[in-house]
Amino acid sequence: MPDPRRSKRAEIDRAANVGRRLPRALHPVAWWIWAIGLATAASRTTNPLLLGLIIAVAAFVVSRRRTEAPWARGFRGYLIAGLAIVILRVVYRILFGGDYGDHVLITLPEIPLPAWAVGITLGGAITLESILAAAYDGLRLATLIICIGAANVLADPRRLLRSVPSALYEMGATLVVAVSVAPQLVESVGRVRRARRLRGGSGRGVRALMGILIPVLEDALHRSLALAAAMDSRGYGRSAHVPARTRHLTGGLVIGGLIGICVGAYGVLDETVAPVLGMPMLVAGALAAIAGFALGGRRLDRTTYRPDPWTVAESMVAASGIAAAVLMIATGLSDPASLQPSLVPLEWPGLAPLATIGILVAALPAWLAPPVQMPRDVTLARATSRAGT
Amino acid sequence: MIRFEAVTVGYAGAAQPVLRDVDVRIDEGELCLVIGPTGSGKSTFLGAINGLVPHFTGGTLLGTVSVDGRDTRTHPPRELADVVGHVGQDPVSGFVTDLVEEELAYSMEHLALDPPVMRKRVEEILDLLGLADLRDRPLRTLSGGQQQRVAIGAALTAHPRVLVLDEPTSALDPTAAEEVIATITRLVHDLGMTVVLAEHRLERVIQHADRVVWISGDGGIAEGPPATILASVADGPPIVGLSRLAGWEPLPLSIRDARRLAPDLRRRLADRTPDERRVATQTVGASSRRPIGASAPALIAQGITVAYGSLVAVRDVALTLTAGGIAAIMGRNGSGKSSLLWALQGSGPRLRGTVEVVGRDPANLEPREARRLVGLVPQEASDLLYLETVGAECRQADSESGAVPGTCRALLDRLVPGVPDDAHPRDLSEGQRLAVVLAVQLAARPNVVLLDEPTRGLDYAAKRHLARILRDLAGEGRAILLSTHDVEFVATVADRVLVMADGEIVADGSADDVLVASPSFAPQVARILAPQRWLTVDDVARALLVEP
Repeated sequence: MPDPRRSKRAEIDRAANVGRRLPRALHPVAWWIWAIGLATAASRTTNPLLLGLIIAVAAFVVSRRRTEAPWARGFRGYLIAGLAIVILRVVYRILFGGDYGDHVLITLPEIPLPAWAVGITLGGAITLESILAAAYDGLRLATLIICIGAANVLADPRRLLRSVPSALYEMGATLVVAVSVAPQLVESVGRVRRARRLRGGSGRGVRALMGILIPVLEDALHRSLALAAAMDSRGYGRSAHVPARTRHLTGGLVIGGLIGICVGAYGVLDETVAPVLGMPMLVAGALAAIAGFALGGRRLDRTTYRPDPWTVAESMVAASGIAAAVLMIATGLSDPASLQPSLVPLEWPGLAPLATIGILVAALPAWLAPPVQMPRDVTLARATSRAGT
Repeated sequence: MIRFEAVTVGYAGAAQPVLRDVDVRIDEGELCLVIGPTGSGKSTFLGAINGLVPHFTGGTLLGTVSVDGRDTRTHPPRELADVVGHVGQDPVSGFVTDLVEEELAYSMEHLALDPPVMRKRVEEILDLLGLADLRDRPLRTLSGGQQQRVAIGAALTAHPRVLVLDEPTSALDPTAAEEVIATITRLVHDLGMTVVLAEHRLERVIQHADRVVWISGDGGIAEGPPATILASVADGPPIVGLSRLAGWEPLPLSIRDARRLAPDLRRRLADRTPDERRVATQTVGASSRRPIGASAPALIAQGITVAYGSLVAVRDVALTLTAGGIAAIMGRNGSGKSSLLWALQGSGPRLRGTVEVVGRDPANLEPREARRLVGLVPQEASDLLYLETVGAECRQADSESGAVPGTCRALLDRLVPGVPDDAHPRDLSEGQRLAVVLAVQLAARPNVVLLDEPTRGLDYAAKRHLARILRDLAGEGRAILLSTHDVEFVATVADRVLVMADGEIVADGSADDVLVASPSFAPQVARILAPQRWLTVDDVARALLVEP
């Protein structure tokens, strides 16, 4: 007869586990939509409180949902880059002056410039208003970079490339190869530089550069040939079942379409051109290119191994980013002043409620996204130690 | 399965075709071994099987190559991807993705298999090749043997009927090589896969082969069962030399077969102990080994430690090299051999420790001075070469070393005669290029010569030549230290063997002491004649010459 207490316990365990989400990686496109939404929101405001909130939200989500993979360790770098941008902007403003507003902090000696440099001043009075304006502006750019950085950290860039439409597959493959060649080149340069020292070279000067460049380039060429051979032998670019006519049609459509888009864009921008070359051309070109891509997509007969699923979690993460952008834009339409805090007269910025709610919604992926997967050996070690106790 | 009919392959600008009028048939389920000197056309032969030659490499192919009924004339490599799996020499340069699982799936994605089928096959291959624990590891973090197994697995997931491997073990240490060879034989025996394999070090694979194709280098080939071909080819693994010496018939190919034939030879050698062998060596002349520590120390290293971040590559190593001695370092890939050599030369990083050569530490000197004390030939020897011609390299070396013009050229002529002055260094054979680099380094007349994996890619003849060169250099009183995975080469040339593991030297002694006792480093002759302590065929031959 089963122990009633034990079965009760198991039942509670099962109940608790129903809502538990299993760890997996979120679709990279979802992370990118989320990040672009946040970045769009950031681009609409110079309010330091809102921008700070966006950075905080991005950092919070990253800290909860990033993996242990190599590309996931770079977030600190983006934060530092952001800080550097703000500082640079402020220093630049101090050097080149900016004297609007009346809260003069300090007056630097002004350096007279020749007549042709009219409008540029070096030094002079520095006002709180101008420094704040520079800092706000820098902060906005920094926030944009941090948002994109967050996406880069949260989503494996290679998996993102795997989700490109199949007509663009070749481009994606080229990018993947380029990404992996860069570290190889660095390694190769290091190796050859060390080798130069073995021949007594100092590793400096034009001669040394030739001595390093030639072996490195030869090495890179050799590797890329080996890679191309490997890709070819493994079926890259199979097009066995496509008649030549379809191939030519695809090429014609894509190239013709792209030319159409170029001409059309020119026509739209330049009002002196005949109207036929404007919008109609642009639309026709775009349609031809899309048709070409669609045909090309059929041509490449490929499948994807373990494709990333797009589930409710992905939709919610993407939606939270879009919400941040939409609410910020809405705020901008109804109450533009709250997004661009006034400097003259100097005012303390306020938190626009709608925009704030939008940004806070964008923090939800910290819970909405499924938990990250630990490296297998760590998980295994934990599981076995738990089973042992 | 694979048919070559009247195949001739030539490249533009070459005086003669690489393969001339070749007819070969490789049947289903065979393990076919392709052998021959470096540059003889092994890779061309292998490439022709899946159409890389000539579709990818260029050149002209006359005749017909067909695989599973498909003519490579009309099927470029990508259209043969489901029939032929091709694994290159350097697995890393062939990797397209960066994770084990995705690499395994790459071919299948291009063959447009259904995701459930792909998933199932990946799991099967992970189990078959013992890669399950590595499935989500980045490819760069794997060891050489693991990388090569992933490369084989990536070819296998497409379920090819034929697997073509171009020197899959050339960069691997003996244990990792065994691992890969074991995998290959398992594919042949358990799955009936047809395997075509090129390999320099025949001692590793010859016993598993069903058929051998010998490519001579002048366009001709010979093919047949391994014993027949080996008996007629001049260069072969030690087991062949020993069999010829002892007159064994038919030619044994595995250690096991040879041991069963060996009792008689062991009896003949029984009254010649290793000590007597040394005496014998001296009487016959051409002394191959010298007792350790007989002469003055040329290099004294103490407490050498090399660390990259938190990884300690070399830990507190003390080492003394004697003038006129040849020492060999062996050990797994990544055990710290290269780091140690670079640290000794002074160009590589060194966290702690001192090196003393003629009272000076090369690390404290300008590179120009350091190389007069210690010369290093790095693993990628060609990294050192950057000029257009051999002649220019030699002149440059003379001016770099402050040597009399013509020194380097004279050295090169002594090492390998007949390398033309106007040849481009990249067009030379592996052996010739190594000789050029060695000559460049020797032009500075260093007392200590370090060589990192010099035997990689060398055939038997080139290795024999290298051994002679090294003995000559040692004879001039230089101290030589080389790192290598090639057990047979070490047995021929080294009088002292060091084994490194995990950054530490775990064994250091005379070649026979260290090699004979080790299960993975013992050369073939030692395995056949154990418990007697013989290392090479030459040793045995000399001993047999002496009347007991």
